Amino acid sequence: MVIKIFKNFFKRIFSNIFKNKKDIKLGFYGPPNAGKTSLANRICKDFTGEEIGSVSKIPHETRNVQFKEKVEIDYKGKKMVFKMIDTPGIATKIDYEDFLKYKLTKKKSKTRAKEATQGVIESIKWLDDVDIVVIVLDSTENPYNQVNITIIGNLVARKIPVLIVANKIDLKKSDSKKIEAAFPEYEVVGISAKYGENLEEFYESIFKLSKKV
Amino acid sequence: MKKSVKKKNLGKIKGFAIRFIPYSEIRDLNSDERIKKILNIVLGNVILFLQGKLTSSEETRLIGDTMAMIEHIKNFKGIELAVISGNGRDSLFEKMKRGLANALSGGDLGAITIIGPATIVKEIKKNPKKIELLLNG
Repeated sequence: MVIKIFKNFFKRIFSNIFKNKKDIKLGFYGPPNAGKTSLANRICKDFTGEEIGSVSKIPHETRNVQFKEKVEIDYKGKKMVFKMIDTPGIATKIDYEDFLKYKLTKKKSKTRAKEATQGVIESIKWLDDVDIVVIVLDSTENPYNQVNITIIGNLVARKIPVLIVANKIDLKKSDSKKIEAAFPEYEVVGISAKYGENLEEFYESIFKLSKKV
Repeated sequence: MKKSVKKKNLGKIKGFAIRFIPYSEIRDLNSDERIKKILNIVLGNVILFLQGKLTSSEETRLIGDTMAMIEHIKNFKGIELAVISGNGRDSLFEKMKRGLANALSGGDLGAITIIGPATIVKEIKKNPKKIELLLNG
């Protein structure tokens, strides 16, 4: 009887340790409108049937950190469970007048700007609590933005594995080679989150990085 | 209609200054003091050229504190930030030489950090070969 209780106790403890270890916290970081939520949505939809958040052409659509627990990615027969963490875009400036261009009212623009500043602060706080980070960059934009360099530098200092994604390769202006040239020390995977292009290479890289956690 | 647009644009910049600060000015300050000093300068409508660079965690905190200030200071819309330093493709010997020089001086003196208020600096365009400051007109 006593042996059976001990056996069950240890079984429970070990299975919990194993279970927790398998749930890798995967953070999506990057500047606003790079496609972080689009990519997180694509993964969540493929493996859970549900999306993580809404997307919009208006910058700072994601203004709170969003989660999706227990996302089991099944790739080439291998399975891994992730906790997806979709973060608001990090910026050094936020001007409510920029939102007026998207025909938002002044009141809505001001509210959006206020929430966006809080979102950036929240994103930064979450850097302490991620296992792997996918930096999502818009491959039609100049990658030599100090925010990108700062985020990556911060993750390196914390020894958090980083994968850079050059998103929007479906667009004519896309230049993922420019991102590769800007960050020669990191693996860069070109994808289109919108159309699901090249996600195989993305999953391959994520599984490779997961081994470093 | 035309008149009001003109007025609005004229009202955007009432003047600004450019200031250069040697690294020795911040060498002995802790992270809190460095960020406070930088933000105080930038809030005075000054584009700051700082010799050397902040650590990545200080840069992140600078971004976080900037966001907090946007909420609390009227007409403050944030900052533009860029760092010019080596292109990272130096030989091992060059890297060692630079590392030793940085260790002796207490910071990367070969780098320049540019920080300006977003109301004045519209964009800092950077690529491996050049850096351009675009000001709000």
